[in-house]
Amino acid sequence: MALRGNLRDFHTTQLLNLIHLARKTGTLTVESRNGTAQLCFKDGKLIYAALDRQDGRLADVLIRAGKLRPEQLQALDLSRVQDDKVLGLKLIEAGYVTQQDILASLRAQMLDVVYRLFAWNEGAFRFEPHLQPVQNRIPVPVDLENIIMEGVRRLREVERLKEELPDLDIPVRLTSRPEAIRKVQLSPEEWRVISQVNGRNTIEQIMRRLNMDEIQIRRIIYGLLQAGLIELGAPPPAAPPPGVPTPRPGSGVSRSVVEKLINYFRRM
Amino acid sequence: MQAVKIVVTGPFASGKTQFIRTISEIEVVSTERRISTPAERAVKDQTTVAMDFGRITIDKDLVLYLFGTPGQRRFDFMWEILAEGMLGFIVMVDSTRPETFREARNILDTFRRYAQTPFVVAANKQDLEDAWDPEDVRIALRLDGRVKVLPCVATRRDSVKNVVLELLYAILEELSASR
Repeated sequence: MALRGNLRDFHTTQLLNLIHLARKTGTLTVESRNGTAQLCFKDGKLIYAALDRQDGRLADVLIRAGKLRPEQLQALDLSRVQDDKVLGLKLIEAGYVTQQDILASLRAQMLDVVYRLFAWNEGAFRFEPHLQPVQNRIPVPVDLENIIMEGVRRLREVERLKEELPDLDIPVRLTSRPEAIRKVQLSPEEWRVISQVNGRNTIEQIMRRLNMDEIQIRRIIYGLLQAGLIELGAPPPAAPPPGVPTPRPGSGVSRSVVEKLINYFRRM
Repeated sequence: MQAVKIVVTGPFASGKTQFIRTISEIEVVSTERRISTPAERAVKDQTTVAMDFGRITIDKDLVLYLFGTPGQRRFDFMWEILAEGMLGFIVMVDSTRPETFREARNILDTFRRYAQTPFVVAANKQDLEDAWDPEDVRIALRLDGRVKVLPCVATRRDSVKNVVLELLYAILEELSASR
């Protein structure tokens, strides 16, 4: 089942959150007036990203990163080598680059594509599962939590933050993945917020305790939510007017009534 | 005779009226009006403005009412009235329209404020090619693993029956836990 939509309604950070939490494998293609981006994922990790005609060929990436000169490629007669793994090995053997240079350059190139994507406010996307990544490229697995946090830090649109998190009177709690927090590079402000997340404090209470403004707390909470580090609790019930007793919803309904309903629907 | 009610809510055009129609024993009492705005008319011709009402007679002593809420915010004054005394609620989501997921989450939060009753989410229109998988809908709606997000095709009786049953199981669990 392909996932389709538009970044207008479902932002890049939300898409990455979905791919990360569902540990998806496949290819995400986004087409907009800014260009076409293609990102490949394996088990919820980013392994390849390319924008338009820059297809992420190793030679181009290394040259753009200043790690390799075109004449070095020509000297080894490597300009026609299509398989990046073969090319990488030959460049390492020739002493032009190190393995670390290759991995760091590919990683930086992928992050550059994703961070550009964060600035796109519209664009049709489709995620096709089980598609193999582009052949002849070197996959470099990159965890998405840090990318998502960085994406939200770059989010400029206050309106979007308000739409995504309209209500601050909701408690937040840590997810059941404490190990995830250790992997993410959080800012001191984000750590301060995390220290107040206990399942009882509402976003508004945390904001007041830490003396933050509304945009600041919205951005941090939204980032932590999208990175899968915290989750929203149930909103508190609305207070009844003074003197009016709180009605117990569905009160007076006994277990036997519900069992009767269940039996009816089972037989239906 | 005892009457109990379940509320079916969700964004505009998520399939609430159809859900009730599929399972109600009476012709659904619907308060649909022709849609006036071009953007909404592109999705469907008519919409619920006050409520939909369906009924299922369980036996001579018990009747289940199904209330469908209007999906548009401008009719949300009806929501709290309909939520009063409900046994539980179903949030319908059109799995093919991710642009409505944010609204679905907001409606869900609003209903949880009205009443802390059990609820399930029905990921509707699963028979369509572009439908998001229920587990993807769960993540998009930021729902934790304890919330039931169920595949649904509101035109199919078996599918609707399954959603109602899952809600009833959740209600029974809640009753057992609170004893």
